[in-house]
Amino acid sequence: MNRVTVLSICVSGAFLLYILEMVRRRKLREEYSILWLFGSAVILILSLKQSWLDRIAHAVGIAYPPSFLFLVGILFILLILIHFSITISKLHRMNKKMAQEIAMMKENSRRKSPGGPPGLA
Amino acid sequence: MPLSPGADRILVVIPAYREEPVIGSVVASVKEHFPYDVLVVNDGSPDGTSAAARKAGAAVLDLPCNLGIGGAVQTAFLYARERGYEAVVRLDGDGQHEPRDIPSLLEPILRGDADAAIGSRFLQGTGYRGSMPRIFGIRYFRGLIRLVTGYRVTDPTSGFFAIDRRLVDFYSVHYPSDYPEVDTFILMHRLKARAVEVPVRMYEREEGKSSITPFRAMYYMVKVTLSFLINCIRRFE
Repeated sequence: MNRVTVLSICVSGAFLLYILEMVRRRKLREEYSILWLFGSAVILILSLKQSWLDRIAHAVGIAYPPSFLFLVGILFILLILIHFSITISKLHRMNKKMAQEIAMMKENSRRKSPGGPPGLA
Repeated sequence: MPLSPGADRILVVIPAYREEPVIGSVVASVKEHFPYDVLVVNDGSPDGTSAAARKAGAAVLDLPCNLGIGGAVQTAFLYARERGYEAVVRLDGDGQHEPRDIPSLLEPILRGDADAAIGSRFLQGTGYRGSMPRIFGIRYFRGLIRLVTGYRVTDPTSGFFAIDRRLVDFYSVHYPSDYPEVDTFILMHRLKARAVEVPVRMYEREEGKSSITPFRAMYYMVKVTLSFLINCIRRFE
């Protein structure tokens, strides 16, 4: 085993455990953990199973198999970032809708109790 | 103009962000000339914008956070839809638009000749002189709108317009959250709405500074072009 493989096993293993722990403590919602878990599992498996890594790297024409691990890692990071952008857009839309509803409700309750302080109707 | 049966079915919408010094006079000026309901949407300004608008006789929607101009105006469309207004006029809260031009915008709509009437500062020789980049931007968007929708627009970034109920309903669901003006032409095109341009007066800002920097201008062009083109291929249910 070369050093980069050992490093990769340690890092991806620790990472996998960390994500699982975060989900267990409810600091990370399940749906946001899936890509992280899947990505670190794939890297861990490829680090453990040298022969698989070598075969795949060879098949796609990569001379130095561990660099295939980096490629997989980068691809997962890209996927996760896209997922975040989509999620932020969704939150943005929901936030806007919520603010609009609140503004209309405040005006409604104000009309029902003219003179009273807004929000206490 | 003849006060059609629905003078109380027309809503004048004024989005405002930090317009405390001028919003009162804008609302008062509309109220002085017309019997229409006036709604100011305060886009989360921390100053006295709401109080000044209420004092001048407007209904006010206070957004709890700043949504940007499109989100603010859309709130007014939601309000108008909920209360069943027949037509909505939108003008700026900073005094750039002349409230006395409101009848020219409403007329084609109340006559049933158009679904949207957009105020243009270029239709009559109003002597508007903008900076070079600004004129370039306006020409660019004129070309883009004409190429894609066929509308021949002289003032593509005008925020002074009137729309009928069908467009209010549609915009209350689909309205771009920032820089909405150019985008609305593609929305109207997709709805097969009849849009006309009407000459109006526009003034330089009374208070405050224009927020345009070269970087923002570039961002504006790119963002608007992107959302314009995406709206061509987007599905609206």
